[in-house]
Amino acid sequence: MSANMATSGSLRNRLVLILVGGAAILAYLLFFAIRNYATQVAQQGQDSILSASITSILDAAAIQGDVVEVDLPYAAFSMLSTAFDDQIFYAIYQDDAFLSGYETLAIAGVAARETVFNTVDYQGTQVRVVTASRTLIGKDKRTQIRVALAQTQDALAGTLRQISRNAAIFGASFFLLATLLSFWATSSTIGQLNRLTNSVTRRGPQDLSPFHKPVPSEMLPLVTSLNSLMARLDHTLKQSEDFIAEAAHRVRTPLATVRSYAEATLQRVDKEENRQAMRSMVRAIDESSRAAGQLLDHAMITFRADHLEQQDVDLSALIHDLVERLKPIAEMKDLTLRLHSDAQVPYKGDAILLQNAVRNLLDNALKYSPSESVVDIHVTCTPNVEIRVCDSGKGFPKGELDTLAMRFKRGMNAEGTIGSGLGLTIAMDVAVAHNGTLRLSNQAEGGACASLLL
Amino acid sequence: MRIIVALTIWILPQLVLAQDWEDRRLFENEGAERTLRIISSTDTSLFAPIVEDFLSKNPEVSVEYLVNGTADIDQIFRADPDKYDLLISSAMDLQLKTANDGLALRLSDVAHPPWAQWRQSLFAFTSEPAAIVVNKAAFADHPLPRSRQELIESLRARPNVFKGHIGTYDIRQSGLGYLFATQDARASETFWRLMEVMGALDVRLYCCSGDMIDDLSDGTIAVAYNVLGSYASVRVESEDQIEIILPSDFPTTMMRTALVSKDAPQPEIAVEFVQHLIRLQSDHSNDVFLLPSLRAQESDVERATIALEPALMTFLDKLKRRRFIGEWENAVIQK
Repeated sequence: MSANMATSGSLRNRLVLILVGGAAILAYLLFFAIRNYATQVAQQGQDSILSASITSILDAAAIQGDVVEVDLPYAAFSMLSTAFDDQIFYAIYQDDAFLSGYETLAIAGVAARETVFNTVDYQGTQVRVVTASRTLIGKDKRTQIRVALAQTQDALAGTLRQISRNAAIFGASFFLLATLLSFWATSSTIGQLNRLTNSVTRRGPQDLSPFHKPVPSEMLPLVTSLNSLMARLDHTLKQSEDFIAEAAHRVRTPLATVRSYAEATLQRVDKEENRQAMRSMVRAIDESSRAAGQLLDHAMITFRADHLEQQDVDLSALIHDLVERLKPIAEMKDLTLRLHSDAQVPYKGDAILLQNAVRNLLDNALKYSPSESVVDIHVTCTPNVEIRVCDSGKGFPKGELDTLAMRFKRGMNAEGTIGSGLGLTIAMDVAVAHNGTLRLSNQAEGGACASLLL
Repeated sequence: MRIIVALTIWILPQLVLAQDWEDRRLFENEGAERTLRIISSTDTSLFAPIVEDFLSKNPEVSVEYLVNGTADIDQIFRADPDKYDLLISSAMDLQLKTANDGLALRLSDVAHPPWAQWRQSLFAFTSEPAAIVVNKAAFADHPLPRSRQELIESLRARPNVFKGHIGTYDIRQSGLGYLFATQDARASETFWRLMEVMGALDVRLYCCSGDMIDDLSDGTIAVAYNVLGSYASVRVESEDQIEIILPSDFPTTMMRTALVSKDAPQPEIAVEFVQHLIRLQSDHSNDVFLLPSLRAQESDVERATIALEPALMTFLDKLKRRRFIGEWENAVIQK
């Protein structure tokens, strides 16, 4: 059934995809967030050392006489030593005149008490430049000392490499953990659905009672709808069964009256053509009455199957009785009924239903057997309980073995035989109600076989 | 090819004429096609065995070894970094600045401890203390000074003996002298008092360790301050009239360093030579490496070695140098 239904993707795949995809995006963001933050912190670290260094250089500037002296403190460069041996460049300007250091190092304009940080390219390498200034007041002039101090970023890059590696490990572990969690969450969610599916699948075909097992709140509407659907279905089914049973019952009684009148009339009519007509009439009445009877049987079976009575039955005795009762009818058609039975075949089930089912199978066998033939009935309990009825008639039409048991379905070769098409359906319903099946087959030497496998 | 040969023949004498060298020697391997040009401040006599050992292992190479003072070789090298493969100098500050300025090649496959290299481009291979070297004759009846303080006292006690008979570097000419002086000044004020005392005694100023030790051994001067111990110890073995004193107050130790030019004509051979140098200095069983190896420093943590760090560039700053030399002249040259 599910194979032919169109699916709109898998819920599990969708969940896993969303969760794993989300985790991947989060891990990716996490990696970049950590790295960006680390970059900022590392850059701040370098900036603060550069800042301290440049402050100490500016502090060492003084006017002596008319000459500006900058007594570079040893610590100013010493504090810039890094494990990666970063290069240092600097330039000292008095107003706009170059005083000392690296003349090629571009110096930014900078206001007093302001410290400017830049990242520029110098001598083919990326350097961090800090620029600051200080105003010196001499005897009769003011002068501005500007200092630019640059440091390469090897140590920074080294630190970032390490942090990036750690962030990558961190992000990857987060992703792995989140993936595992999402698989777990998905399977536990889908598990609930599977459990409901299983409990629906495990039900018998006639079981339309509501589900009472607790389900997750999200699935409650589904189960409620399902229950209400089944309740409506159950109600409709019962109504139609009742209707059929009522209709059949109402039809059967008048039919019996009509038949008795027809019989009586037949006795009184002499003209051959009228007698022929009357006989046809009786036959048609018989056929209708039988169909009504089977409809009643079917309704009864449907009801009993819903409330199956489990009683101990000896199938051997049950079928023996049945065969004895049918023998007169068989003899009228010059047929022999042969019963092959184990001494005792104990079984737990509904005797009336079982008898009805076998009766329908025997009816079919009697109907379709040619005159002076034998109908074999086998009842056995090894290896499983099986009741098999075989005739020597034309057999079931090939290609219809699967569909014959459907309601009102009659074989292609059933023309001219009285029947309603309900016999095999009844046998099948009984078998299913007892957790068994009806198996139809043709014998190699001719004739049909119907087996109730219980 | 012919043109190149012709050009070389024409250019070479020009170069030689253009540049005066303290010493210049070509170590030749017969049939060698490539020549490694080393520009160095180390005396040829101390370095020749190292070069010869290198040549014996690399028969296809010749070495031209050019010697000048530390300040001079720095200028010569900076003027034409593409003419020299290797720069070897005892002036750590100048060397570090050269490396900082990006003139040195970064050698990724030379393994060396972090404290003995800078930026994988400047490699230290010796550890040499600055010493007070005295002529024993001048201290025949007097105790030898063991520190700068004691030296000051000795000089003050007998000004007549020492007047005109003491020597030190002229820090305006010698890069190494400047390095020692600045590091001394950084460590203690005693340095300035010593300079004043020496200035008052008409100190003789030298460009190089070699000259100073020569004058010391022939008795021209009785005391030499801040001489390279390594140079002096070569003399001590031959002449036992001098004594090398490592000052006990704050000893200053320098590391000789080598760097490969960024524009070296023969970078592969230069790298091999650096590796050869480092191998020799760590292998203590050879009689080729006459300079004090770094092992002395590894075992003796007490001795303060000048660190290979950018702070060395502080005293190379134009303003700072002008100021320092001004102060030094005030102290030493008391006209």
